[in-house]
Amino acid sequence: MPGSCVSRVSLVAACCALLLALLPWLADAFGDPYLVTLFSRILIYALAAVSLDLIIGYGGMVSLGHAAFVGSGAYVVAILAFHLQEGAPLFGGFLDIQANDQALLVWPLAVVISALLAALIGAISLRTRGMQFIMITLAFAQMLYYLFVSLEGYGGDDGISLWSRSRLPGLDLADNVNFYYVCLASLLLFLWLMRRLVYSRFGRVVRGTRENQPRMESLGFPVYRYQLAAFTIAGAGAGLAGVLLANQNEFVSPGLLHWTHSGELIVMVLLGGMGTLLGPVFGAAALLLMEELLSAYTEHWMFFLGPFLILVVLFAKRGIYGWICGGGDGHG
Amino acid sequence: MRISLLVSALAALCLGGGAMAAAPVKIGMVTTLSTKAGYLGEDIRDGFKLAMDMEKGKLGGVPVDLIVDDDGRKPGKGKQIADRLMQREGVKIMTGIVFSNVAMAVVPKVVREEVIYISPNAGPSQLAGKGCHENYFNVAWQNDNLHEAVGQYATDAGFKNVYMLAPNYPAGKDALAGFKRFYKGGVAGEVYTKLGQSDYAAELAALRAAGPDGVFFFLPGGMGINFIKQYAQAGLNRQIPLMGPAFSFDERLLKAVGDAAVGVVNGSQWSQDLDNEANRTFVAAFREAYGRTPTLYASQGYDAARLIGSALQAVGGDLSDLGAFREALKRADFVSVRGPFRFGSNQHPIQDIYVREVVKLEAGGTTNETRKKVFSEHRDAYAAECAM
Amino acid sequence: MLLFFEQLLNGLQLGVMLFLMSAGLTLVFGIMRVINLAHGSLYMVGAYLAATVSLHSGSFLLGLLAALLASALVGLLMELMVLRRLYQRDHLDQVLATFGLILFFNEGVRMIWGRQPLFMDVPQWLSGTVELIPGAPYPSYRLAIILVGVLVALFLYLLFNHTRLGMRIRAGASNREMIAALGINIKLLNTLVFALGALLAGLAGAMAGPILAVESGMGESILILTFVVIVIGGVGSIRGALVAALLVGTVETLGGYLLPLLLRLFLPLASADGAGASLASMSVYILMAAVLVWRPRGLFPAHD
Repeated sequence: MPGSCVSRVSLVAACCALLLALLPWLADAFGDPYLVTLFSRILIYALAAVSLDLIIGYGGMVSLGHAAFVGSGAYVVAILAFHLQEGAPLFGGFLDIQANDQALLVWPLAVVISALLAALIGAISLRTRGMQFIMITLAFAQMLYYLFVSLEGYGGDDGISLWSRSRLPGLDLADNVNFYYVCLASLLLFLWLMRRLVYSRFGRVVRGTRENQPRMESLGFPVYRYQLAAFTIAGAGAGLAGVLLANQNEFVSPGLLHWTHSGELIVMVLLGGMGTLLGPVFGAAALLLMEELLSAYTEHWMFFLGPFLILVVLFAKRGIYGWICGGGDGHG
Repeated sequence: MRISLLVSALAALCLGGGAMAAAPVKIGMVTTLSTKAGYLGEDIRDGFKLAMDMEKGKLGGVPVDLIVDDDGRKPGKGKQIADRLMQREGVKIMTGIVFSNVAMAVVPKVVREEVIYISPNAGPSQLAGKGCHENYFNVAWQNDNLHEAVGQYATDAGFKNVYMLAPNYPAGKDALAGFKRFYKGGVAGEVYTKLGQSDYAAELAALRAAGPDGVFFFLPGGMGINFIKQYAQAGLNRQIPLMGPAFSFDERLLKAVGDAAVGVVNGSQWSQDLDNEANRTFVAAFREAYGRTPTLYASQGYDAARLIGSALQAVGGDLSDLGAFREALKRADFVSVRGPFRFGSNQHPIQDIYVREVVKLEAGGTTNETRKKVFSEHRDAYAAECAM
Repeated sequence: MLLFFEQLLNGLQLGVMLFLMSAGLTLVFGIMRVINLAHGSLYMVGAYLAATVSLHSGSFLLGLLAALLASALVGLLMELMVLRRLYQRDHLDQVLATFGLILFFNEGVRMIWGRQPLFMDVPQWLSGTVELIPGAPYPSYRLAIILVGVLVALFLYLLFNHTRLGMRIRAGASNREMIAALGINIKLLNTLVFALGALLAGLAGAMAGPILAVESGMGESILILTFVVIVIGGVGSIRGALVAALLVGTVETLGGYLLPLLLRLFLPLASADGAGASLASMSVYILMAAVLVWRPRGLFPAHD
């Protein structure tokens, strides 16, 4: 029954939210500060997965190039910080952009650049659908990957090491707990935005297109524009995740854009339950925690993770979200 | 000092440590065990463990606890593991990283957190030069060293027109730069291939057309296997001598290329046939324990452990004064399996480097035989840029 | 100019390998509508079995036979145990499950055979070179690969155009419902097609063994190129797979050779080589994107 599903999920989500809010205290109490670092990472990946779910789950557009936008967001932060460290002018001083590590300036810029990139790639890719769409998004992501590999000035395949995290007035991001709350706030903000979006007229059109594109077209909706807008918003979300990831690791490398990284994001969405708001959050947490725990017990952890994923597909429709719902086909 | 001793003693009691024996010193090992390159990390780990097993779980008489985790060759994962080791386990000594890009993500951060990092393999130039740090020690080599040795060998052997090949990534560029630093002859061609490329037919055709008198290549891991096999299949191994750093000719890779590698000259700071007491002991013990001949990676892991052991012994297992431990490390007061070894001002090795040749064994299979010493007490090219 | 022809030959040989991989995968997708990421694992199984058996028996042909049998068998098991349950499911479920299979196989191979790559050599009777083009000796083994590819293409042509089974498979590829309505045992047909695809992947793996490093994860290196071929050729079309495989093989091979030469006309030597190498890495993806922009369904789309 959808009713019980919604209430169950709300209950679980409320518990999780409470736990997440209190996590730094809990970590302190257990004497394990690493939990804060680990969960910052989970929150960041959750953000990337939620943004991917907008196009995969709600829009039915399976992109295997989402990591490209995570990577581009991260690289904007890293490149601006790199020039600040080295004292070299950007673009040889041709453009009047200052090297910078001010979060209020750099972060929105990174998000906007990721969104623009997504708009560009989406505009071309959306001419195709199905498997062709999967592969063309992969193609663009791989082109960007090789582009960053070839940028020797920015470390090529070795990547760029940041000297410190971005600066935010009034809040010291070098402190792991502060940074954790920034990640949490970013995720909640994006979730709230997604919720508004999905239930708006825009969201209904995008979801309707997933179910039946010809019908939406015959109803007179400019389907292509709606899909492109969704793709762009997802790119912006991924860009924000990239910004946070660059700050968390204080390091970026082309590996962030590689197709295997895009694949990991898809696995998170599917594992958690696609087409739901909270599913990808559960999925990101489950995958990262499982990696963490399994790899502590056996170095052959992939041997166990693989079959587990197969079992999830075979026996738990809609992933973890569906499992919480008790197997019902609940749309969140 | 006294208080901290008291505290640690209390802590040991609380944790059920029983008698007054100090808790084992934790050593964190971030290394690559999965992916195609997994055997590199496996050998570093096994070499390190061998040194511990030979002392029955101790290094330098101090009980140690080795925590190993797999970075999957991903810089982000490596950073995450390093965070866990520092924040959860309170590790003060780290080692294990195989690849330079993982090292660049992890090392600059951990050394700033007052953790000692001892590199058993990667030696990127940034960390040897401008980015050197008092808490960073490299017990293997600076990345360029083995290529430099092959360059010197090519000059000595009178090569006039060498064709060079490396993947299109920083370590590849460094490899060719290192080779050219000591190679004085002409260049028949300088080619950068795709990272992870498997088929070299196109490059081999162009190489043959260029007509060089020697070929220098740096293609680590599977790329090297592919290249050597295909080089031999094209019949080139009978016409143009091949040379490269030891990375494509370690004892485990040789098994995968078979006779195709016979006659190839390669540069290394270590070889299983180096004639010294420590090496004989190490090679025999490694074969006994793991049933295979150690690679240079295993020798580096073993040396890393022995170096840590020497310093732990000097400070009696007490890491509360990191400065004293650091000083003890700097003295490098251990017998390396590669013979004479000491640290330069940037805490990178000053060591001899040899060229070896791949030869057929009577019992089947192939191995490396040391041919000659190319460099004595060689130091890296970046030490001058280091402010220490 | 000689060099150019030699490079074309190299491109042809890579194209043949890609064709062996993509023929099976495109059929599986065309008929069962299943995206099977684990196709590369079958390739790996083929290579490992061929390497092991030929090392112990000393016979390349025995190794090849073992590889074909093993990959077909593994393919059968894969179909019966996992994929059969996924035909009616969303593509993404298939992606997740077959991704799980990849992890399982890669780690399993590492556990059984260890982490270091295996050794496999060219059989003695194919180890020489042939001077097809005067002055440019070409490895006979690579010529043998090209020959095998031509034979397989011929076999598939005869199978699909001149046998009843082949017609049914083709009918299944273009219209699922019709073939079920004709009362043909579609389950059996699916299993057969899957085993055929697995067999071809195993053949590709075994043939690649003597040239490439036989190592865990080798399947994924070729998997992406295989998907590129399928999408360029048009999903479900064998003819498309053949054309696209040769196209991709040629672009991949010639790109690395021609692009730096081309850029040297405009740029200084060092930066031309660097930029050329980067562009060459991207060339296949640029080709795919261009084809899809021009023809969103690929060159020879099999379905309406």
